[in-house]
Amino acid sequence: MREDVAIAICGQAGQGIKTLESLLARVFSGSGYNVFTTRELMSRVRGGMNSTSIRVSSQRVRGFVRRVDILVSLHPGGVAHLGDRVNSETLILGDKEAIAEEERKRGNFASVSWKKIAGELGSPVYANTVAAGAIAGALGLDRETAAKSVDKFFARRDEETKKNNRRAFRQGYERGRETAKEKNLSFSPGPGGRVGGEALVSGTEAVAMGAIAGGCNFLSFYPMSPATGVGVFLAGRSEELNIEVIQAEDEIAAVNMALGAWYAGGRGLVTTSGGGFALMNEGLSLAGMIESPLVIHLGQRPGPATGLPTRTEQGDLLFALFAGHGEFPRAILTPGTIEECFFLARRAFLLADRWQVPVIVLTDQYLLDSSYNLPVPEIPEEKIENRIIETGEGYRRYAPAEDGISPRGIPGYGRGLVAVDSDEHDEHGRITENFSVRIGMVEKRRAKFSKLEEEALEPEFFGDEDYRTLVVGWGSTRHVIRESLEERGGKGIGGLHFRQVHPLHPKTAGYLRRAKKVIVIENNASGQFARLLKMTFGAGDLAGIRKYNGLPFSREEISQALDKEADNE
Amino acid sequence: MSKTRFDLDNATIAWCPGCGNFGILNVLKASLAALQFPPEKLVLVSGIGQAAKIPQYLKCNFFNGLHGRALPAATAIKAANPELTVIAESGDGCMYGEGGNHFIHAVRRNPDLTCLVHNNMIYGLTKGQASPTSLRGFRTPVQVNGVLLEPFNPLAAAIALNVSFAARVYIKDIEQAGEILQQAIRHRGFALVDIFQPCVTFNHLNTYEWFQENTYYLEDDHDPSDRQAAFARAIETEKYPLGIFYRQTDKEPFEAVLGEHLAGGPRPLYQREPDRERLVKLWESFCS
Repeated sequence: MREDVAIAICGQAGQGIKTLESLLARVFSGSGYNVFTTRELMSRVRGGMNSTSIRVSSQRVRGFVRRVDILVSLHPGGVAHLGDRVNSETLILGDKEAIAEEERKRGNFASVSWKKIAGELGSPVYANTVAAGAIAGALGLDRETAAKSVDKFFARRDEETKKNNRRAFRQGYERGRETAKEKNLSFSPGPGGRVGGEALVSGTEAVAMGAIAGGCNFLSFYPMSPATGVGVFLAGRSEELNIEVIQAEDEIAAVNMALGAWYAGGRGLVTTSGGGFALMNEGLSLAGMIESPLVIHLGQRPGPATGLPTRTEQGDLLFALFAGHGEFPRAILTPGTIEECFFLARRAFLLADRWQVPVIVLTDQYLLDSSYNLPVPEIPEEKIENRIIETGEGYRRYAPAEDGISPRGIPGYGRGLVAVDSDEHDEHGRITENFSVRIGMVEKRRAKFSKLEEEALEPEFFGDEDYRTLVVGWGSTRHVIRESLEERGGKGIGGLHFRQVHPLHPKTAGYLRRAKKVIVIENNASGQFARLLKMTFGAGDLAGIRKYNGLPFSREEISQALDKEADNE
Repeated sequence: MSKTRFDLDNATIAWCPGCGNFGILNVLKASLAALQFPPEKLVLVSGIGQAAKIPQYLKCNFFNGLHGRALPAATAIKAANPELTVIAESGDGCMYGEGGNHFIHAVRRNPDLTCLVHNNMIYGLTKGQASPTSLRGFRTPVQVNGVLLEPFNPLAAAIALNVSFAARVYIKDIEQAGEILQQAIRHRGFALVDIFQPCVTFNHLNTYEWFQENTYYLEDDHDPSDRQAAFARAIETEKYPLGIFYRQTDKEPFEAVLGEHLAGGPRPLYQREPDRERLVKLWESFCS
């Protein structure tokens, strides 16, 4: 029996899918399982059709799968919404009235009258708790352990609500048990109790906490999906985390505020998506000119223009790389795991501060909206060094320095004056049109590129060291690629995950050279990373697996595409 | 003018001879000297344009950023270190045109900074196109049939947004301009001073003589705490009143409110220490 269950919940915006997802995640992790959740939604506040996907297993589960073992449909059209992810093996749980007959026939239907049960308890709001109970029952979770998690979930509610939720869960659970007996299911999450004390964290939360770990104490942003969550998270905990949060009038203001904050001794972050980042481009260029640290979290969604606002894509890689007029160094980090979201957001602050450059943390909707359990990461004990100096009289902001990095003073700390200018400037930061000074300053800024290259993160290799085929990915595709390769377990195939795409680690060239065939997997149409590899290393023919409908890759899709590529050989 | 501690030796000034900016520079330096600010506690934030070059010509910390973006940078500088005195200074095109949206929201936000706008009703650095404050009918090489747009009225706009402090000066009157500038800099909250100045090279309509003839001082009995009266005076255009139109003293500045709830209150960010223990606790709150 397969010990890895994929659950999908479908319904309209406003029906509480997110609450049900959180409740189930709590129940599963409380029962000692590994959990993975991700969601896809429409750009609307009410109505439409959204879904969330949950995996639960005694094994580690961290990537999106297409397969649906259990489908909970809260509204007519939910089964159809998932298309061919539903098949005759899929256990469909639902209110008979809420699912059309033809939809019921698409899978293995079992009726659970959660509306009726909820009605008897006094309010339709309990329906989702009944559904959670039904799933827990169908999967054979320990009832008392699961019920405790439900109590915890509603701990802050009044007694009446808590009591009713408990009853709703139990009634759903009994119905779920009966269903499992009737249907003779071919899947189970495996034995519970194997995981404990781990944190269930999303990409959004990990990026936000990573920024704090990097010493972030200032955030200016303008709301834009899918990057708003980082702002909301930090604003909600601004007192606890001691961070100033400003909602700016637009992204132009946001980036100029972040630069102002760094100039005056703060550690500033902006969080945005493609359209907002476009507005920030002049500010990005200013960071390059005044040699200011700056951290930009860029959560990608499909463009061009407004595109698909709530969907996912990896379409802004080359944009992030070339954004901003003029020539200046930058670093682009591309986390692919929740751990990397945390550690790379932290690293972005250290790099930006150390080399006085803008650093972009490039994520996407899929990664930000996905969660799974992981051990609480070891946060380094070492103090975050704020690389500023107390200035003395005659301080020159752009004084030549041995490593090319002029010690950074801030106004009001020391006797010196700190001048920065968006015009070309001399050592004092004052405007100049002297051509030899210009050349010196261009070279001063350029020299930082090789420093950043020395610090570039090596790509992560997995699979057979004696590979003939190398499967390359960057950012959020990491888990699905890795799971897919592990599943095939084939000889002669290796995987390479890039958590930094600029500057690229020099070892990359060797990895590419050793392969007979390189396949680059990207969530975009034009193969941007493949183009970057060609541009940087002159890499020859690179095969591509690409997806650009606005949805993330599933493990199955990657496996099928790799099968096809293998057949082509 | 006597020497001040803000004088910069060897500054090569790029303004046209006779430019109103010289007067503004002198008045600014004299006002700062009179207020006895140490230059190292002062930050001048400017955008782009002839006016925006002013920080290059005096002794101070400065952030000469992007066109139109002085106010967001200035707001954050003050928020990041409330102990600094921050002046955002630029021209009418920079503050009211390119940065118009920031102007609106900076007034609403009310950081404790002084916003000095050199208003010569023309674009100087780009050589003579209309600015947001150019008068209707004013002809330029671009506005060949004269300006069609209603001129932007910064004082009326700011008072409509319930600005903390709003004044207008004419730079030829050094004494009055200096007096008002000092009050603006001392004011706690967002203080706008719209500074009338001629552009001797490109604006042959709004000359020294024109400003002399078309301005007058608000009467002594004008009550700057009366918002309606202030607004009524701000929309006068037959002749333009000078002086302090509006002032309120009980409005908390943005950065004070922003920092109020944080550990240690509003104090410089560079003096704050990251708290590793809290972060560990936050992570643990996500554990089952």
